[in-house]
Amino acid sequence: MRPSQTQATVSVWVIAVLPFVLLAGLVGFIVWSGPAEAVRGDDYPPVEKLTFQRVRLGDEGIIITVLNDGPDPVTIAQVQVDDAYWAFSADPGTELGHLNRTILTIPYPWVQGDTHVVRIVTSNGVTFDYEVAVAVQTPQPDGRYFAVFTLIGLYVGVLPVAIGLMWFPLVARLGRAGLDFVLALTLGLMVFLLIEAVQEGLETAGVTPSSFQGVTLFVCVAVAAFLGLETFRRWLGGRRQRIRERVHGEGWVLAVLIAVGIGLHNFGEGLAIGAAFALGEVALGTVLIVGFTLHNTTEGLAIVSPLVKEHVRVRDLVQLGLIGGAPTIAGAWLGGFVYSSIWSVVFLAVGAGAIAQVIVQIARQMAGNEPVSQQMATAPVLTGLMAGFGVMYVTGLMVG
Amino acid sequence: MHAAGLGSLAGSTALLFGSRATGQENHLSTKTWDHVSSAMGPVGRVSTDVFNPSSFLRAFNFSDLSPEERSKVYRETPRSDGTMLREYEIYTIDREIEIAPGLFFPAWTYNGQVPGPTIRATEGDRIRINFVNQGAHPHTIHFHGWHPPEMDGSSAAHQVMPGGKFLYEFDAEPFGLHLYHCHASPLKRHVHKGLYGVFIVDPRDDETTAVRPPADELVMVMNAFDTNFDAENEVYAVNTVASFHIHEPVRVTVGQLVRIYLVNMTEFDVLNSIHLHGMFFNVFRTGTSLEANEVTDTLMLCQGERAILETTFRYPGEFMFHAHQSEFAELGWIGLFRAETPSRET
Repeated sequence: MRPSQTQATVSVWVIAVLPFVLLAGLVGFIVWSGPAEAVRGDDYPPVEKLTFQRVRLGDEGIIITVLNDGPDPVTIAQVQVDDAYWAFSADPGTELGHLNRTILTIPYPWVQGDTHVVRIVTSNGVTFDYEVAVAVQTPQPDGRYFAVFTLIGLYVGVLPVAIGLMWFPLVARLGRAGLDFVLALTLGLMVFLLIEAVQEGLETAGVTPSSFQGVTLFVCVAVAAFLGLETFRRWLGGRRQRIRERVHGEGWVLAVLIAVGIGLHNFGEGLAIGAAFALGEVALGTVLIVGFTLHNTTEGLAIVSPLVKEHVRVRDLVQLGLIGGAPTIAGAWLGGFVYSSIWSVVFLAVGAGAIAQVIVQIARQMAGNEPVSQQMATAPVLTGLMAGFGVMYVTGLMVG
Repeated sequence: MHAAGLGSLAGSTALLFGSRATGQENHLSTKTWDHVSSAMGPVGRVSTDVFNPSSFLRAFNFSDLSPEERSKVYRETPRSDGTMLREYEIYTIDREIEIAPGLFFPAWTYNGQVPGPTIRATEGDRIRINFVNQGAHPHTIHFHGWHPPEMDGSSAAHQVMPGGKFLYEFDAEPFGLHLYHCHASPLKRHVHKGLYGVFIVDPRDDETTAVRPPADELVMVMNAFDTNFDAENEVYAVNTVASFHIHEPVRVTVGQLVRIYLVNMTEFDVLNSIHLHGMFFNVFRTGTSLEANEVTDTLMLCQGERAILETTFRYPGEFMFHAHQSEFAELGWIGLFRAETPSRET
């Protein structure tokens, strides 16, 4: 290596690192000089903010995980349950710095099925409320609840998708117009699911502690999922061409993509179901589980629609069904036992991104080389789209 | 996926497993129930260095201060007609007070305490109050009782600006249980921030009227605090500190007459009340008569309303007293009397 080369390497490093050093110096100076303190003055009241991260009801009473989501330290002075001061213990303590959390155990005799309101009173008298809408024992990760969540996953995820897949023989007999109709129907279903996922994701983002920037997180993860799946599609396509696979055609790739998209979506759905079950947030009724089942049966149809011209074995259908439906079970487990709104946002975003990718992909396939808008303006496609929306809307009504 | 639809699943699975919830179930173990009763109330103890509710109970005209300290804020001068000139130094000052363990309220106070010092005179005495406003807002002292309008401390012209002074002077009448409070605007805020106190006028001992019999006398101000300023109270108490007398019961003697000067200074709630366990008491509404109005064990008072209660403990032991609004009781307006049999020697 010549001296000049060494010099060049060194100077590149200096150039790369110098801004970091200066930045560190600047941050240190800002912290030391505290320009914000000059505005606030001495008597300025602290900004107190607490977020309830997880509330569990058990034999010990009510157990709450609280996060200090504000800039200033917060000291928890007292705890009320239903307008009564109540004993509590705090692990690790009642003084919380920025983004510190503590677990409060309140030996309160909560009542099955009743509503309870927990109120934290800080040393400055600021209050933070959490309502347990319907008190039910929080499930512990034991065999029984594992079985329950698995069953829920099967009911609302795997079985409906599998039943939907059984339309395959019918779909396989369709002509060009019929195929357009079914693909458009799928497109309608997917657009509906996308809107639903975005709405749900943004709603959940709204209740996450603001430090975690829920909405931004949702959008970034959704875009990443979209691009990731796009890459996955190219890889799948390339692989198929390389090994000159005869068994599966282009429709298969699309079917796998749709299944993956729906699977990711169902994972998010399972997460929400498990969490709601665990938090006892909602009223009871078998009609709603039926609603989900009907709602999700359409997803099976969506998966088989691109397979019209394919030679498909039963094994392949099972595989697709599992990709699309099984994540519901995993989601229900995770949501039921370790719910956190941040992870909900992440998974809902992944689902949304995946569905968006699938929509783009179906549209591309339907259009071929023509402009999408031109291809879409046919009677079978428009009817299919409307039918897709209609089916989702009507089955969605049952879910409330 | 809508959150409202999710809970249905709980019910469905209960059906699956044949264990549908019947409601009203007890999910706490026996071990947990054992300590549930003692789990009620705030956690910890307040510091009594600044304000001690037990001392306040029996403090009249600064009797809780040392003679030297007391002489700085209170002087009595007998007058030729047998009455007394009573002079007070009362000042307002902003101060954080601990109303429940670890919970500090940014109060406005008379002489650094909530309730303010109890002022006590005999009917016909001359009251002279040298008022100094050391707070950050305009304040006044508005007394209940007979007085000329310029001594009322209620109109805009009566407001004493921060750093300002005013001399309140009037005769103590009629006899009864009265109160004083700040009447600056906005009134609600100036009251609930802590600017109030008790004003007792004893009946004059002459040929025409009788006096109240000797008794163990206690001042109890029912008050409450809105710590998050949402026009609802987070803490209720008698004499400021939530559940204080649960841990430090009010000591009384079996067989001795107990007289409670009860004043309701609760803001935001229309009514407050007191209930004594295991006994009844005579009620003298506003204390303006020596004849009891009624005999009861639960008394309800409106904002600013007050009554003298008289009772004698029959049995030794602990007797609970609290607001019969259960909510107020569980938010701190609860305490205990501890009645003890007098020792033989005395």
